[in-house]
Amino acid sequence: MQPFTTLTGIAAPLPQPNVDTDKIIPARFLKTILRTGLGKNLFDTLRYRPDGSENPDFILNREPYRKAEILIAGPNFGCGSSREHAPWALLDFGIRCVIAPDFADIFFNNCFKNGILPIKLPQEVCDALLADAELGANARLTVDLERQVVVRPNGEEIRFEVDPFRKHCLLNGLDDIGQTMAHAPKIDAFETRRRAEQPWL
Amino acid sequence: MAETRPRTLFDKIWDSHVVERLPDGTCLLYIDRHLVHEVTSPQAFEGLRMAGRQVRRPDATFAVADHNVPTSDRSAGIAEPESRIQVETLEKNVAEFGVPYFPLLDARQGIVHIVGPEQGISQPGMTIVCGDSHTSTHGALGALAFGIGTSEVEHVLATQTLLQKPAKNMLVRVDGALPLGCTAKDIILAIIGRIGTAGGTGHVIEYAGEAIRALDMAGRMTICNMSIEGGARAGLIAPDETTFAYIKGRPHAPKGEAWDRAVAWWKSLPSDEGASYDTTIVINAPDIVPLVTWGTSPEDVVPVTGAVPDPANESSEARRAAKQRMLDYMGLTPGQRMQDIAVDVVFIGSCTNGRIEDIRAAAAVAKGRKVVSGVRAMVVPGSGLVKEAAEAEGLDKVLIEAGFEWREAGCSMCLGMNPDQLKPGQRCASTSNRNFEGRQGPGGRTHLMSPAMAAAAAVTGRLTDVRELAR
Ligand code: SF4
Repeated sequence: MQPFTTLTGIAAPLPQPNVDTDKIIPARFLKTILRTGLGKNLFDTLRYRPDGSENPDFILNREPYRKAEILIAGPNFGCGSSREHAPWALLDFGIRCVIAPDFADIFFNNCFKNGILPIKLPQEVCDALLADAELGANARLTVDLERQVVVRPNGEEIRFEVDPFRKHCLLNGLDDIGQTMAHAPKIDAFETRRRAEQPWL
Repeated sequence: MAETRPRTLFDKIWDSHVVERLPDGTCLLYIDRHLVHEVTSPQAFEGLRMAGRQVRRPDATFAVADHNVPTSDRSAGIAEPESRIQVETLEKNVAEFGVPYFPLLDARQGIVHIVGPEQGISQPGMTIVCGDSHTSTHGALGALAFGIGTSEVEHVLATQTLLQKPAKNMLVRVDGALPLGCTAKDIILAIIGRIGTAGGTGHVIEYAGEAIRALDMAGRMTICNMSIEGGARAGLIAPDETTFAYIKGRPHAPKGEAWDRAVAWWKSLPSDEGASYDTTIVINAPDIVPLVTWGTSPEDVVPVTGAVPDPANESSEARRAAKQRMLDYMGLTPGQRMQDIAVDVVFIGSCTNGRIEDIRAAAAVAKGRKVVSGVRAMVVPGSGLVKEAAEAEGLDKVLIEAGFEWREAGCSMCLGMNPDQLKPGQRCASTSNRNFEGRQGPGGRTHLMSPAMAAAAAVTGRLTDVRELAR
């Protein structure tokens, strides 16, 4: 996993509420057996018209947002299915940070596993960041995970919370499995006790 | 354990599965059963292969292909190349890693959340995961069951554990008796209508109360299934005699002395008297009416006897705009009577409503009636065994006679990954769980409802109060 330390980039505003995982990546694109290549179908139904041409009104089809690395989203972002294809599609497009008032649980978890930082900030703060994002290329945001701050174009710093363990993993690009493997003796002991006490499990 | 405070069902299952508690409160949680399907697993197996890892407990892992499979005759294999590759990849992976698998032509094949309970794989007190958000379904048996992403699928395959923070407890109590003509689907739609699609975020919902206790296992599964539409990763119903009777004798259920020990433990699981919940919601069952959705979020519910709501009544500009967008997408106008809305397609199936009880309910409405000409109505059993059971009861004949298509088991038009898709602008009365834009096919319009109501829509050609057909 690519570590996440500091990111300075263009932020795209996508304020609509309840953007579900079917919107992020529709089911018909889940037939892949790879993690990569989903970026072209990110937000497919919003991004393309029925004839396949780009919808010029959609934010990621406009300059400079084609190169957005940060997404400022609405409440309950990522609700719906557990498909990790949603963060994979975001990542493949180039988005490494999503800021929203709140997220659906599974999507939120899935982001951390893929080197994407999801940040929860109150709606008023998101509104200010949305206004910044509207300014386009002149208004890059900086996300500093080490210091846990988002730096607005005017220099104002906004603090955000992040789980310490997840922060550690993101900063160092650590894979959970390797870390859990270190607890293997405890898992063995648990299983041995289980087999004796509740053999049907 | 020196635990004396009254605990909830969730607390008890959680506590009994903690392998290790890390300093920040994150727990390494042991996973009893892992269900695997073709869409969210290929990258996980690939990850294992690349790291030279094994599946830690193939005996606790079960695989089946469901999302992507055709529901027409499959004896000649899968025609669509990408779907075929995905299913073949699963078959290759289960063979390589020694994971039990129900092949496509096996009667036990079906939607993973129908198959788990049906085979007795899902049992009370277990932790159950699957790379699919509707894993919440298995909570109906009193198991802590939730959906995970592909990285977590890989994590469970390799370690049989997950790193998790405990969820908050939410109690949804449904008091009193459910009126005639209403079903478990109406209960859960009423709940989601009340709490909203983010209402359960961060929580596990325990469903309790007289109306829940009175439900059979199929109804309980319908309720727990849609916990995720209420924002909760898991739903739970305390195991009771109904649960035990359902599990007894199933292929993977405990047998002999193990059965007695298991039941004794299961009886200790229900929440203790005085256990506290972070949030409590009370719903009065006698007030529930048959419900349908009008918008593109499962919280957009109205009584079938009601009308399309007016966005002007929303509290903020953002909400007005969001609701207006939904109306435009759905092709509806404020004030329009729900029962005047004509449908093009009817879909009866999915892990929400694809069990034998659901097919019986649909057949009861279809019997002696005809699907309106121009309407495509399909019934997709949740598993091959559900299909066989329905055929043994002659339900297939009743449905085919009425003009329904009778298909092979799978997810089908619930998410339209296989050829079963809506065309742009088509309107569907569906027993599935999500009415998101494009969920059942690009541009498709979905109204969620119970199987009886969907069957009623098929025979009248419009959204219909099933209670009127009963008169
Ligand atoms: S039936 Fe629908 S909701 Fe259920 S597992 Fe399949 S796609 Fe998911």
